[in-house]
Amino acid sequence: MRPTLEARGLTRILPGLKPTTLVKDIDASFEAATFTAITGPSGSGKSSLLYLLGLLDPPTAGDVLLDGYSTAPLSNDVRARLRLKHFGFVFQFHFLLPELTALDNVMLPMRQLGRLAPAAMRERALRLLESLGIATEAAKVPAALSGGERQRVAIARALANDPRVVLADEPTGALDSKNGAAVFAIFRRLADEGRTVIVVTHDESLARMADRAIHLVDGRRSD
Amino acid sequence: MTPLPLSIALAHLRARKRQTAVSISGVMLGVAIFIGIGGMMNGFHSYFLSQLVDTNPHIVISDEIRHAAPQPLTALYPDGAVEVKRVLPRDPVRGISGASAILDALNATEGVAAAPSLAGQIILRRAGRDYAISAVGVDAAREERVTDIVHDMVAGSFSALASEPNGLLVGNKLADKMGVGLGDSVVAVTTAGSQTALKIVGVFHTGIDAQDQFLGIVPLARQQAMQNRPRVVNEIHIRLADIKRSIPLAEAFERRWGFKSAPWEETYARVLDVFALQDKIIYLTTSSILVVAGFGIFNVISTIVMEKARDIAIMRSIGMPGSSIIAIFVVEGIVVGVIGMALGWLAGWGLGAAIHLMPAPTGNSGDTLPVRLTPLLFSAAGAIALIAAVGAAFLPARKAARADPLTIIRGAA
Repeated sequence: MRPTLEARGLTRILPGLKPTTLVKDIDASFEAATFTAITGPSGSGKSSLLYLLGLLDPPTAGDVLLDGYSTAPLSNDVRARLRLKHFGFVFQFHFLLPELTALDNVMLPMRQLGRLAPAAMRERALRLLESLGIATEAAKVPAALSGGERQRVAIARALANDPRVVLADEPTGALDSKNGAAVFAIFRRLADEGRTVIVVTHDESLARMADRAIHLVDGRRSD
Repeated sequence: MTPLPLSIALAHLRARKRQTAVSISGVMLGVAIFIGIGGMMNGFHSYFLSQLVDTNPHIVISDEIRHAAPQPLTALYPDGAVEVKRVLPRDPVRGISGASAILDALNATEGVAAAPSLAGQIILRRAGRDYAISAVGVDAAREERVTDIVHDMVAGSFSALASEPNGLLVGNKLADKMGVGLGDSVVAVTTAGSQTALKIVGVFHTGIDAQDQFLGIVPLARQQAMQNRPRVVNEIHIRLADIKRSIPLAEAFERRWGFKSAPWEETYARVLDVFALQDKIIYLTTSSILVVAGFGIFNVISTIVMEKARDIAIMRSIGMPGSSIIAIFVVEGIVVGVIGMALGWLAGWGLGAAIHLMPAPTGNSGDTLPVRLTPLLFSAAGAIALIAAVGAAFLPARKAARADPLTIIRGAA
C-alpha cells in the first residue's frame, strides 16, 4: 500500500552565523490507519520533524511526499491549501481563539475551506464536539473551559475538515496524566478510523499506545 | 453567515471595547470637524460671493482696450515676422464710444440687462474734513435692473436718485464717519475742480467694507457734469439671468465691441484666489485631524496584532493564507472607519447646525453665521476617513501576514 505521507532525506538547517541542524537525513513512511509516535529527548528535533511533515516548514534538503506527490516545489499558498484540506494540527497549547466559542473555533477551518454550507458546518462541528464528549461546552469561550476540554476542542478543530493526516506536537504536555491518557485514546481511535496519526511525545508510556515509534537523537533516527 | 474575516475582526474589536471606542471617537471627531468647519467656510464663501455678485454687476464693460485692433502692416504681411508695439488708441477721448448703440444691443439680448454709468473719483467735504470716495453716476431706473443694492438700502431709497438731480447714496459706514443722514448736504469736489452740493437721499449697507465706506452713487447726468465729461459713459453694468454664462458672454462682448468686458469671476479673481487658498489651508488642517485619527487606528490594530500573534500563527498553520490575515485586520480598520464616519456625519451635521445658530458680525441683528453643508463635503470627509482607516490598518495587517507562524508556535512551546 502506498504511504499517505513519506519523508525522503529530510534535513532542516536553520541559517545564521552558526547554522543549526534541526533534523538530518530522515527517511520515513506513514500509512493510513497508523498511529506513529515520534519520541526522543528535548532538542532532538521531534517537533521540527513534525513541522516538516506537516508542510509548515520547508526542508533545507529532501522532500515530503503526499500520496506520492512531491511537495518541495509547491508555493507557500499551495502548501497552506494542502494543510487546510489534508492536515489537522494539535499543539501543546490549545491555541484556540479566545473571542470565539468552542463551536466557532471548530468551525474556523471549515469556514476557511468553504466546502460546506453554514448549517452543515455547524452540524459537523457539533458532531465532532459530541464525539469528544464536550458537546455541552459548545457555546462556551475557551476561558470557561478546563485544560482537558480546551485540548479536546483543539482536536475537534484539527478534525474539522476531515483530514487524512493528524499531527500533534506534545498534545498532552499541558495536561495531567488522566487527561493525557484520554487524549491519547482519542488519537488511537482516530488512527483506527483510518487516519494517519503522528504524535510527538516525550512520554514513553503514552508512546506505547502507538503502533510504532520513531526515536530521534540529535536530529537523526535512532530507532 | 458572516464572512470569516469580518466575524474575527468584530470579535477582536468587541474584546477591546474601550480602545475601539477611542479609535471610533477619533475618526468621528475628525469627520465632524471637517464637515463643520468646511460647511462654515462654504457658507462664508457663498455668502460673500452672493453679496459681491448680487450687489454688483455680473459683467462690467469699461473703456479699456485690451487687444489693439489689427494694424495695416500685420494685415499686409499675415505670414511675416511683424510685430507692432505701443499702438495708440484711435480715439484719445476716454469713454465707451457708441455706448448708446451697445446698450440697445445688450438690452435686446435675451437674459441680459444693461445700464450705463460713469465712474470717477470725488472728494466729499463735510465740516472741514475731506473724504475721498469712488463715485458712480448711474441711470437710476436702468441701474435698478442690474444691481441688488436697491435691496440693501437702510435709509431712503435707490429710486430717489431719479427724482433728485443732486442726490447722493452713500454706505452706512461712510455716513457714520461723516456724521450725515438723510436730507443732509455735503460738498463734492472733483479733480476737474468743480464743487457741487449733493443731498443724501439714501444710505445702503452691503456688508462689503470697500463699498460701505468708499462708494457714492449719484445720478449719471450729475456725475458727467462734475467730471466735466458730458454724455460720456465709461462703464456699462450688465446683469445676467444665468450667472453661469458670464464668462462666455463677456468674451463675446469684448470680441464684438473691443472694450474690456470683465465677468465677475475676473473682477473678483483675487478674492476667489484667496478663497481657494483658504480652502486648501482649512481642508489640509481638518484632514490632518483624520490622519491623526488614522494613527489611533494604527495603534489599536498594531496592539491587536501583537497580542494576537499566537492566534495569527494558528490560523496560518491551519492553512489560512496571508491575504485572509490581512483581510481580518483591514476589516477591523474599515469597521472603525465606517462607524466613525457615520457618527462623524451626524456630529458634523450637528456642529454645522450649532455654528449656524451663532450670531454673525454683519451688523444686522438676527443674522447668523452662514453654513452650507454639501453632499461633496460629507463624501470627502468620509473618503478621507476611510482611506486613513484602511491605510492605518494595512501596515500592521501586512506585518501580521508576514510573521512566521513557526517562530511563534516554537516560542510558545
